[in-house]
Amino acid sequence: MADFSDATRERAREIIARYPEGRERSALLPLLHLVQNEQGQVTPAGVTFCAEQLGITKAQVGAVATFYTMYKRRPTGEYLVSVCTNTLCDVLGGGDIFRTLSEDLGVGHDETTEDGKITLEHAECLAACDYGPVVTVNYDFYDEQTPQTASDLVTRLRNGERPQPTRGPRLCTLKEMALQLAGFPDDRDGAVAEGPAGAATLRGLQLAQQHGVTAPSYDPNTPIPSAPAKEAK
Amino acid sequence: MTSPRSETVAKLTPVLTKRWGVPDAWKIDTYEKLEGYLALRKALKAHPDDLIALIKDSGLRGRGGAGFPTGMKWGFIPQNDGKPHYLVVNADEGEPGTCKDLPLMTSDPHALIEGVIIACYAIRSNRAFIYIRGEAVHAARRLRAAVEDAYKRGYLGKNILGSGFDLDLVVHSGAGAYICGEETALLDSLEGFRGQPRLRPPFPATHGLYACPTVVNNVGTIASVPHIVLGGAAWWKSMGTEKSSGPMIYSLSGRIANPGQYECGLGITLRELIELAGGMKPGHNLKFWTPGGSSTPLLTADHMDVPLDFESVAAAGSILGTTATQIFSDQDCPVYATYKWLEFYHHESCGKCTPCREGNYWMVRIYRRILAGEGTYEDLDTLLDTCDNILGRSFCGLGDGATSPVTSSLQYFKQDYLDYIEGRTAPRLRSAELVGAH
Repeated sequence: MADFSDATRERAREIIARYPEGRERSALLPLLHLVQNEQGQVTPAGVTFCAEQLGITKAQVGAVATFYTMYKRRPTGEYLVSVCTNTLCDVLGGGDIFRTLSEDLGVGHDETTEDGKITLEHAECLAACDYGPVVTVNYDFYDEQTPQTASDLVTRLRNGERPQPTRGPRLCTLKEMALQLAGFPDDRDGAVAEGPAGAATLRGLQLAQQHGVTAPSYDPNTPIPSAPAKEAK
Repeated sequence: MTSPRSETVAKLTPVLTKRWGVPDAWKIDTYEKLEGYLALRKALKAHPDDLIALIKDSGLRGRGGAGFPTGMKWGFIPQNDGKPHYLVVNADEGEPGTCKDLPLMTSDPHALIEGVIIACYAIRSNRAFIYIRGEAVHAARRLRAAVEDAYKRGYLGKNILGSGFDLDLVVHSGAGAYICGEETALLDSLEGFRGQPRLRPPFPATHGLYACPTVVNNVGTIASVPHIVLGGAAWWKSMGTEKSSGPMIYSLSGRIANPGQYECGLGITLRELIELAGGMKPGHNLKFWTPGGSSTPLLTADHMDVPLDFESVAAAGSILGTTATQIFSDQDCPVYATYKWLEFYHHESCGKCTPCREGNYWMVRIYRRILAGEGTYEDLDTLLDTCDNILGRSFCGLGDGATSPVTSSLQYFKQDYLDYIEGRTAPRLRSAELVGAH
């Protein structure tokens, strides 16, 4: 089997320690993200690694790895471009975006360009419907896309640029993202702070503020009734 | 675009969203200045049972779609049973249309963490998990940073604020499976298995995570708790309706001028929400909409004055769900919309229960046939018959949800189906264009 690095082995121990004693198997999802951090996919070696860490069989790990869409079983590119083609994004243009990118890149769903830069996939609802149609790159959002803007985005990615996501920090690679998914902090300087809240997110709040509207006020010292006090009522 | 009238704007009640406009509210220093962790200090001085009673009195109902009374759920946890108790926050937001929890965790993660600590204190749990959707990477970044800061300030860990109460909190990322938003599938996933639902009973309240008493609550539910602790049950009930109390974040998307998050008392109507959102997009007229995600039966322009609370939406034949109102116009085809949703349910069915696994597989194929101009009248009967065989015949609600757009679109828009079958509408699909088919 491919040898995983000492750093990965140390991280595996850290992951397992997050869960109660005797419940180590809870670490399996983060461990699968961890092997993708090193290999960009879940290989047979990655399955064996997880099985050894947890003392379960490779079949048990394989059953889990094949269930979840974020575990990739083929080599992935530096950037995973996901296009939402669920109903709302689709009617707003998501389907056209996917077809355009597929033609531009010459790849279909879950396929990677020959230069190893980009893996394309269509995704189900990405929970950003107020910004539809959305595209994500390594799961960070690019809002309100059109076939043209999405096409420009992937061209720039292939040219080695890293266009800024709309509401997230500067891009990292898919392998680097897998480490965050395994539960480790994003330690790039200032990355957690980057990414403004989007206009749609704040729309209701700002509308209220413009009109001086607030929720009913309250006294933060309102007592919490205790059981005897309630009985006395 | 039109401007909303002031009496409609007055229906906005920013509570959970109130800190979102402060750019660094996700930082612990800013959060503390904005009443942050004040509710926790107050709660730790109260008896846990009194907190459960407070949440019961507030009438808070689950914000994840089912609307189960939160205080009652907490009350189901057996006490003095010698077993560990767990709180698991369902942050696996993925119901099509729903987009309220990710912004909350990104802009105001400490509100959720503070709610977690109070809830755990109330149900006597010393270990909590936030199961966050894998794809929600930026929300997870903020949440993990916030958890680390909360430990440093003594809000998490041993002897929290000198109270003697201990709590450990782990943020656990999923890996891309809609089904894990179903609470028992989520628990299986958190235990390191495929996310597949469990047969109930027993319920998570007695046999949840690691077969121990467990509360599973949605992000919005738990984030409401600190507000209720501060303002009291009577204040919370001053918003919303008698049976559906409090504010709710309505997520508006689709063919409206200003999509976004609008927090109002439960019971606002779609007509008012569209007014808040600046009206329909120019050239679009409302045709159909989901009151609470794609798993809730579609409603039409005839339902614009239905109060969007749990009871009234149910009386109108749908479900309030997650208040994810996806708005479609006369330029959108309800048959095609339903087809795309079915591709989703087919892809996301975990495969455990035959009716859901097979039913969705076949319904997708029938829709493709209809949209390719090759449908028959019999296909419509087959769709309804298939729905009959899915609804209520699977372990969880995914299959039930899949039938919602089918039966409701056939109920309200049968003519649109007939137009494909009888050749009045040009075929929408060719086999080469089947994006989403895999």
